Amino acid sequence: MRLAALGSTVQRAATPTYSSSRSARARALRRRIVAGVLIGLSLALITGYFRESDTGRLHDVQGVAASALRPFQVGAERVARPFQDAYGWLAGFIHAKSENEELKSQLRLLQQQAIQNITALQENRELRSALDFQSGPTFPGDYRQIGASVLSHNPSEFQQKLTISAGHRDGIRVDDPVVDGEGYLAGHISKTSPRTAQVTLLTDGDFAVFGYDVQTETQGLVKHGQGAGETLVLDLVPKDKVVRRNDLIVTAGRRSGNLPSLYPKNIAIGTVRSVGRTDVDIHQSVQVEPLADFSSLSSVWVLVPKDR
Amino acid sequence: MATDVLKAGIVFFIAVVLQAAIVSAVEPAGGSADLVLVTLTAAALLRGAIFGALAGFYAGFLLDAANLETLGLSSLLLTLAGYWIGRYGETTGRDRAHAPVLAIAVVTVLYAFGSLALHYLLGDPVSARAGLVGALPAQILFNLVLTIPVYTLCRRIFARPGGRPMEVEFGTH
Repeated sequence: MRLAALGSTVQRAATPTYSSSRSARARALRRRIVAGVLIGLSLALITGYFRESDTGRLHDVQGVAASALRPFQVGAERVARPFQDAYGWLAGFIHAKSENEELKSQLRLLQQQAIQNITALQENRELRSALDFQSGPTFPGDYRQIGASVLSHNPSEFQQKLTISAGHRDGIRVDDPVVDGEGYLAGHISKTSPRTAQVTLLTDGDFAVFGYDVQTETQGLVKHGQGAGETLVLDLVPKDKVVRRNDLIVTAGRRSGNLPSLYPKNIAIGTVRSVGRTDVDIHQSVQVEPLADFSSLSSVWVLVPKDR
Repeated sequence: MATDVLKAGIVFFIAVVLQAAIVSAVEPAGGSADLVLVTLTAAALLRGAIFGALAGFYAGFLLDAANLETLGLSSLLLTLAGYWIGRYGETTGRDRAHAPVLAIAVVTVLYAFGSLALHYLLGDPVSARAGLVGALPAQILFNLVLTIPVYTLCRRIFARPGGRPMEVEFGTH
């Protein structure tokens, strides 16, 4: 049997020749070298970028590249704008009826509040004048607004950031507050290049701002909740303080230690969606729904102090 | 060779601009498509590991520049993705009709986990739940929707001259 098997006439696959096997090994080696070099280069870029300051060479290179990409991004955004508007209109149309009812009830409430506010404002002016009261910079009077269009949205699913079409040559600096077209707080500037800047949104995990409840004057730290979505939390609110559903939360303009607040007082952040308490937690659990609509943010305003 | 480099340069430049300016803004179900990753997958499947790795590095650099993100972060992930997809295309995925769809589904998941790990290592506050539970299913779906048109387009652009699939004849003797 064994002899018969060895002596069979079955065609065998051709054995690789020495030269073809050497060429395959060379190709594999070249492939690994290229991949290794690129991975090493990427790691070097990450390390260098991470370690250097915002004025370092890699940041400069990035700024130049971002400026070169900017006109193309602006062009693409302008071409896509009508389609994005149409998509936004359709998406909004689905919820229009329920939203209309809610807005009508809010309008009735706000009309009553507006009348009270006019009286309070007049009284406030008279009292300040009588006391010769000196206050810090207020929004919007003491701030210049620099408008910019949104060039790119979230770079990854794990972060909530935007790139806008104005940079430090336009007078924008890191930590400047950013509001949307309606004047609601949207985020702050986290990086700048000559002609573009990165905005860290209110819904990013890296964001926090002191806010207070306009109706009850309860203060807390507004930051992103642990779960998915755009819901924020008003943290560090003691249980003895009062916060009610639908209350308006605005920036407190409060200083933290020796650092001045990044945000002027009274920029609207959101409304209270729910208030909860647990026996084990010393603070209340307050959920806040941001007023800014991050899904359709096409342009923003950067607030720059007039005295800069 | 020079034509290939030029073609890849233009294609990935356009993909990055479209991704940054348009595609990432559309998040109908909590996640958006990743046009750059889909384009890279198609190109790497067609042209192999070296091309995939180089294209991934270039696209990642542009993406990080456009978004003012940490330079090298996307380059590292896309280089690895391009290399792996290229090897898959050179070996098991060769001539298989389902290769682009399978590669996209797998690489989208791996890319998301890789991105999460890198952000975590860099100390960025990231929400795994938001990225993996909230956005990833939609992202896989949208990437799969984009796969066939992008792959067809890339096959026209990056196909090797005379690069017909290998034919195998079974012996008649």
